[in-house]
Amino acid sequence: MNIKRVGTLAALGLTSTLLLASCAANETPDAGSGGDSSLSGTISATGASSQETAQAAWVAAFQTANTGVTVDYVSTGSGPGRENFLAGASDFIGSDRAFNDEEIAAGGFTSCASDEIVELPLYVSPIAIIFNLEGVDSINLDAATVANIFNGTITTWNDPAIADQNEGVELPDTAITPVHRSDDSGTTENFTEYLNAVAPEAWTAEADGVWPLEGGESAEGTSGLVGAVEAGQGTIGYADASRAGDLGTVAVKVGEEYVPYSTEAVAAFLDSAERVEGRGEGDLALELDRTTTAAGVYPIALVSYLIGCVDYEDANTAELVSSYFSYIASAEGQDEGNAEAGSAPISDDLRAEVEAAIALIG
Amino acid sequence: MTATTAAAASARVNPLTTGQLPAWSPWAILLGSWVLVGGVFALMNTGGDPADFNIAATLFLGTVLFVVLLTVFSSVAENRRRAVDRLVTSLVSSAFVIVLIPLVSLLYTVVVNGLDRFDAEFFSSSMRNIVGEGGGAVHAIWGTLLITLGAAVISVPIGLMTAIYLVEYGRGKLAKAITFLVDVMTGIPSIVAGLFAAAVFVIFFGPGTYMGIAGSVALSVLMIPVVVRSSEEMLRLVPNELREASYALGVPKWLTIMKVVMPTSIAGITTGVTLAISRVIGETAPLVLTAGITASLNTNLFSGPMTTLPVLVFSQYRSPGIDPTEALDRAWAGALTLILIVMALNLVARLVAKIFAPKLGR
Amino acid sequence: MTTASPQRAALRAVRRPGDRIFSGTALGAGVVILLLLAAVAIFLITESLPAFTADPDEIGMLRGATFLEYVAPLVFGTLWAALLALIIAAPLAVGIALFISHFAPRRLAAVIGYVVDLLAALPSVVYGLWGATTFAPILQPFYVWLNENLGWIPLFEGPVSATGRTIATAALVLAVMILPIMTAICREVFLQAPRLHEEAALALGATRWEMIRMAVLPFARGGMVSAAMLALGRALGETMAVTMVLSASGVITFDLISSTNPTTIPANIALSFPEAYGEGVNVLIATGLILFIVTFAVNAIARYIVNRRAAFSGAN
Repeated sequence: MNIKRVGTLAALGLTSTLLLASCAANETPDAGSGGDSSLSGTISATGASSQETAQAAWVAAFQTANTGVTVDYVSTGSGPGRENFLAGASDFIGSDRAFNDEEIAAGGFTSCASDEIVELPLYVSPIAIIFNLEGVDSINLDAATVANIFNGTITTWNDPAIADQNEGVELPDTAITPVHRSDDSGTTENFTEYLNAVAPEAWTAEADGVWPLEGGESAEGTSGLVGAVEAGQGTIGYADASRAGDLGTVAVKVGEEYVPYSTEAVAAFLDSAERVEGRGEGDLALELDRTTTAAGVYPIALVSYLIGCVDYEDANTAELVSSYFSYIASAEGQDEGNAEAGSAPISDDLRAEVEAAIALIG
Repeated sequence: MTATTAAAASARVNPLTTGQLPAWSPWAILLGSWVLVGGVFALMNTGGDPADFNIAATLFLGTVLFVVLLTVFSSVAENRRRAVDRLVTSLVSSAFVIVLIPLVSLLYTVVVNGLDRFDAEFFSSSMRNIVGEGGGAVHAIWGTLLITLGAAVISVPIGLMTAIYLVEYGRGKLAKAITFLVDVMTGIPSIVAGLFAAAVFVIFFGPGTYMGIAGSVALSVLMIPVVVRSSEEMLRLVPNELREASYALGVPKWLTIMKVVMPTSIAGITTGVTLAISRVIGETAPLVLTAGITASLNTNLFSGPMTTLPVLVFSQYRSPGIDPTEALDRAWAGALTLILIVMALNLVARLVAKIFAPKLGR
Repeated sequence: MTTASPQRAALRAVRRPGDRIFSGTALGAGVVILLLLAAVAIFLITESLPAFTADPDEIGMLRGATFLEYVAPLVFGTLWAALLALIIAAPLAVGIALFISHFAPRRLAAVIGYVVDLLAALPSVVYGLWGATTFAPILQPFYVWLNENLGWIPLFEGPVSATGRTIATAALVLAVMILPIMTAICREVFLQAPRLHEEAALALGATRWEMIRMAVLPFARGGMVSAAMLALGRALGETMAVTMVLSASGVITFDLISSTNPTTIPANIALSFPEAYGEGVNVLIATGLILFIVTFAVNAIARYIVNRRAAFSGAN
């Protein structure tokens, strides 16, 4: 009986807490009154879950500056995002890949008033090759060795192929457990694309969002993969660099030198990319060159796009999308993404192109 | 041991307890077995590190030894039937203890991790414009309550009436078909229910519709079969004598069901309904597809996206940003809140059952 | 029902308006379910047709395999994981339910029953998180031991997973997840067993176990199977926990403790859906349809087993 009474009290307490909290303390009750911005309204977006953290940071900053605006970004995944854009359900979307040539040719973007779209590579996330090996923080590897580790040809950490590239590093004879993503992800696609492009002999499978080899340890999502690498000994995996934490990271061989990941090296990689030919003026879809040998370039990165229309039916939506995109492209926006989500800020050259593209929206 | 017991028993002859092991003997045997196995382990471990002492194995093997010893003693001192009884008693009790281990570990994990952020701010703010530190779950708590309420309002009447139809009225092909379909419905994967509800709302409200009630519909698809199956089971258990007695007194069938059958089984039915609610209140995947995700408070079921607690927990886990601790703390606090909400619901349900249930033997 | 027998019309009960409304509502509710399910079925079938008819080479998701080749390991994994979970959970759930209903002191029983009900509500995300971060590392040394001592059994062949995130762990987590729902229903059914039968058995000198075996279990058989079926339904459809705990590869293997494990249909949908597009979505929905059919088959078998022996029901 006592327990019942305590429980009833607890229930009462909980109910009253809820009654008290029927409005959120951090939300301005009279939207639109504050701030020095004239913008107001709601835009809704769906798409890549890779952008979720960055979008949360951008949305927060944008909404704080423009109190009358609400941006809803639902991370449904890139595929449904692109379909929503085609079906006219989202004002803009995030996607881990740009629309391909056939999709552009087919057109029919119901979200837009015309078939002209803007595709902006504004979320660039370095992919770090992370490993958990006691006493080792960083090792140097070339692409072929990385491929052989992940395809199971190299099975111990003191294998000559690894040791030769890492003189002076004390490598134990621990078994290597490669961990890959079990879900379909842009991270896997970019990583396998890199392996296949740079070390085609060792890595014969084509780029794919689903891990192409059978067997081996796998984990769901970035959080799951990082957790699995942390939990094991001698584990190695690949994940958004922002989540590498205390784990060791690999410096990959580009040209003649070993480049550890850094936001600058990734921005340089983006600058080395060519724009896909035959696209509209606002379409900045990039052809990434994984095999580049330029100095100081780190070629493993996930480039995720923000996709919007050149012409919207509704002028207010157009204004909101264009000012939201402008904020993300701005130096503050990119720095915010770097601070909260670990993305690599784009270079000033690319920013100029992006701003020109955003100017088309209207 | 048995000899002394027999001697003690014969000294004070009590005809009701002769030929029985005394009440304390199972406990003594349990303790004895643990000490014995612990001693063996300690001997094997002599000279080793005391930290290597295997407590889990000691307890496990000790318990096994206890079950064997108790059965043997009982069959010697008492008889075979009692021995079987004691064997089952000890097996059932140890089943209980075995299950307790993961359950307690789980609850402990949730409570300990959840308490870090279980503060006033958590219950007074939403996640709007929150990056990193702070933030709360008001929007998710309201979302959970409203969407679950919506689902319950749809499913409980339908489910309960169907159960009544199946037990009291249904015969022939239609009843068979319904039973069959309810069985099939228990197997709908939650994500398919989500896809279905999303597709239905797209037909009526156009693509990209995210609203709370869509989530309620998706949850109803999952909830109805549980309500039907458990209520049906409970209604069937009401003895026919009760119904016949009521008919004999000239009570119409519907009143018999309302006043005799339902109150008799109300405890079971409420358990079934709370279980059904518990089953759906923790759903994630179908809600992301139908109700979407938002950082702001939304108390209108019929417009705009809504976040529920499990969705909040999942999104905080999946995209925690650069420093995962803040987001993970929020995730655990969300899980703890969810348990408390269900606890309150459970109490209310039990109270309802208590008020309506007839006074029975136990 | 046991009301007026049809051939003697004279004794037919009067049809009151209240009766008509009530039975009409009940019938209506049944029909609503019928329609709802028909809608779900139509949705599933129309959405999965393209997966069966389209050329497999056109669909990127299948990666050259035919649909059957794609779905076979998933069906195996789904059944295998659910079966393991049920084998682990069923005896335990019946044990705890009996403990609560017939063995434990009443106060303790109320508290335990309450705690078990609460656990049914934990989001599967939390089970997944707990399973992957707390439970799997605890089990890993045990798997090593199994492999060293019982490695000759194909189930424990290895190589042992380094993280413990195996199908055995997934099945254990699933078992913990379905325990509350099974326990709650079994407990409720055991408590409904006629008190008089129990007392009669005890009065005739039966021990507690004999009383349970003779008076409680036969009465509760239908309910227990029902509970197991609901639990199985949950185990078959469980998405998030399996996704997070299991190191999935989509192969067919009976090895319980290696890092190469079969995956389940719902987990596969959750893993692939966010990046699926075009006909890939249809393929995933088609696997959902298969799961639907599998669940139905399992349920039908269970129904058949229950119905073979006349149900011990108050309302038959």
